[in-house]
This record gives sequence, C-alpha cells and structure tokens, in this order.
Amino acid sequence: MHELSVAQNIIEIVEEHAKKLHALTVSEVELDIGMVSGVVPETLEFAMDVAVKNTMLEGAKIKIHVIQAKAKCCQCNQDFKMDDIYTLCSHCGSLQFEIIQGKELKVKSIKIEDKS
Amino acid sequence: MCETCGCGQPDDHVTIRKPSEKHSHDHNDHAHSHDHEHEHHEHTHTHSHEILLEQNIMQKNNLLAERNRGYFEAKNIFTLNLVSSPGSGKTSLLERTINDLKKEIKFFVIEGDQQTMNDANRINATGAPVVQINTGNGCHLDADMIAKAVKKLNVAGKSILMIENVGNLVCPSLFDLGESKRVVVISVTEGDDKPIKYPNMFMSSHLCIINKTDLLPYVDFNIAKAKEYAMRVNHHLEFIELSVKTGEGMDKWYDWLKKSNNNSTKF
Repeated sequence: MHELSVAQNIIEIVEEHAKKLHALTVSEVELDIGMVSGVVPETLEFAMDVAVKNTMLEGAKIKIHVIQAKAKCCQCNQDFKMDDIYTLCSHCGSLQFEIIQGKELKVKSIKIEDKS
Repeated sequence: MCETCGCGQPDDHVTIRKPSEKHSHDHNDHAHSHDHEHEHHEHTHTHSHEILLEQNIMQKNNLLAERNRGYFEAKNIFTLNLVSSPGSGKTSLLERTINDLKKEIKFFVIEGDQQTMNDANRINATGAPVVQINTGNGCHLDADMIAKAVKKLNVAGKSILMIENVGNLVCPSLFDLGESKRVVVISVTEGDDKPIKYPNMFMSSHLCIINKTDLLPYVDFNIAKAKEYAMRVNHHLEFIELSVKTGEGMDKWYDWLKKSNNNSTKF
C-alpha cells in the first residue's frame, strides 16, 4: 500500500530536520492530510506504527489533521465544501469545478526534545 | 536477512532489467542504515521545542519527477504514464501501437510489475527497447525508479517513452513520474462506475482509453454513463473508445498520440 511509502517519506523529512537541530528525540509529529489527497488517515497511522521502529520517531505522538476538501465552481465562481469527489456545486449544481483545498500531504510541525 | 528492512529476500528488492539480463542480487541501490545511536541518558534537563515545518510529504518524489520531466523536455521525449487495473489491456495496447507505428516513431518502453519479465518479453518481441522494473512487494512505480530505468534504457531524443505502471488503480495516482501525459485505461468488462470508485486516478489523468469495445454486446457496460462518471471527477478528461483486438478506434488513439507528441515537442 502506498501509505507505507508516505510514512517512510515522513520519517525521512522529520529525521533530517531533527538531526539538523541536534534533537535527542522527536516527541510529536503533526500532519495535514487532505480529504481528497488519496491517503487514508487510518492506514497511514498503521503504516507509521510499523515504519517508526528503530527511528528517532519511535514513541512519538502522531497527530493527523484531516483537511476539509473545498472547490471553486467554474460556472458561478463561488467556493463550496466538498463531501466527496463527485459532489456538485452547492450553489448552482455545476459539475465543473477545480479543487482548491483538500489535496494536502504535509508535515506541519514537529516537537523535539533537546539538551539546551 | 536484514532486520531493519528485510532485504535479502528476493521479492523485497526492486530490480531493473533488460530482457536479456539474468537476475542478480545487487544491493548497491538499496540504502539502509544500521545506525543505532545510543544516547547517554544522564539526568540532565531536556527541553521541548515545537518547530513548524509545513513540508510537502511527497516533495522528494515530486522533485525527482520534475528532474525527469526537465530531461524529457530537453531531449524531446514525449512520455506517457499508462495506469489501470490489472488486465485492462495495457500491454496489448502497447504491442499493437508499437507494431503499427514503429516505422514512423521511435518507441522506448519501461514495464512495471511486482514480478516476472513477461511484459518486457512481449514488448521485446516488437523490437522496441524495453526494461522491466520489478517492484517486489511494491505497488507503484516512482520517479526514482524511472530515472534509473531511463539511464539503463539509454532513451534517445525525439522519441516516445511509454511507461506501463504496475496494474493498480489506487497507489500510482500519488506518484508523479515526470510524464508528459497520464493515460488511464479501463476495459468494458470492469463496470461503468469505475471512475467514481477510483476517483484519484481519474482526477490525475489526461486521457481515458475505454478498451475491449468488441465485448460490448456481452456486458452491461454503459459507455455514456462511464464517461459521465469520469467527467464528474475530472471535467478535463479526453476519451477514446477502442478495441485493441479488432483495431476499431485505434486510428483515434494514433491521431491523439501523434498530435500530443507534436504539441509537446514544439517550441
């Protein structure tokens, strides 16, 4: 499953930053996962559990923020919330829209423990 | 067996081979560290700091993909990433396309599967240069694999590079390979609601090929409905209906191929 690749990427990014900051351990990782990013939060949690073993993230709290999907209608130009991918514009019913929010896959922040 | 990553087992290792090559266990590309740093836990005060990163998780693959893309553009290589469920007819489509057009177009092919050289061997029979990526347990190709495969294949300029991704309508959607266009292939035996069941793949594609139209009399596939579902997910999608077996509609695919190739290599 691709969530394992995503988990490995997260660990690489976090360890790179943590090492630069001379951290002893990483205590928390905050992630932004968009509703229509293609990543399932529960699967990612499972993948992280497996992938963090023997890394600086072992034992860290993984916080996942699911970002609401939003689109801009091409017909009426208004923004609307998307419940799923094949929703219609809630203002004019058009099928033509561009997704403006909800595809995020981000490491938002980390909490590290250091000696300073 | 390495305890960190389990390598040492043949099926966990990504390989890239030409049809003539024998399988060898090469661990040069497989990076894993055995560092176990022991922190001395003295009873000193540790401080907690929160650091804002706002970093895209897919950045590494995206950067490699853009690097691939730059290389392809510089050398006038029109690159297609073909994605679909297993069994939609991707390899057959490539075989027929190459055999019909090889006198006018230079083709290179990268095949992706978990195991076997079967697809690469089929392409090899057409005379087109091909390499097979075996992902082991992996479910998708990524930009790094493509960069390595392109080097092995020694892709010439002014050509078309076809990448046949691992048969999987889920995972490959997340991984930009650096392609010029992404082509999603479905067949009429798969159900016309495929696009809404696997929206991420249709969202990220440019062209949708509906294959095996010769079987329409025997299945409950509604082409108009399938297109409508796909348009709901991505209103920019183009569609081509064809049958690789009978040849029906193949001319439209060849026209699209030639037109898109010319557009992408024009200055």
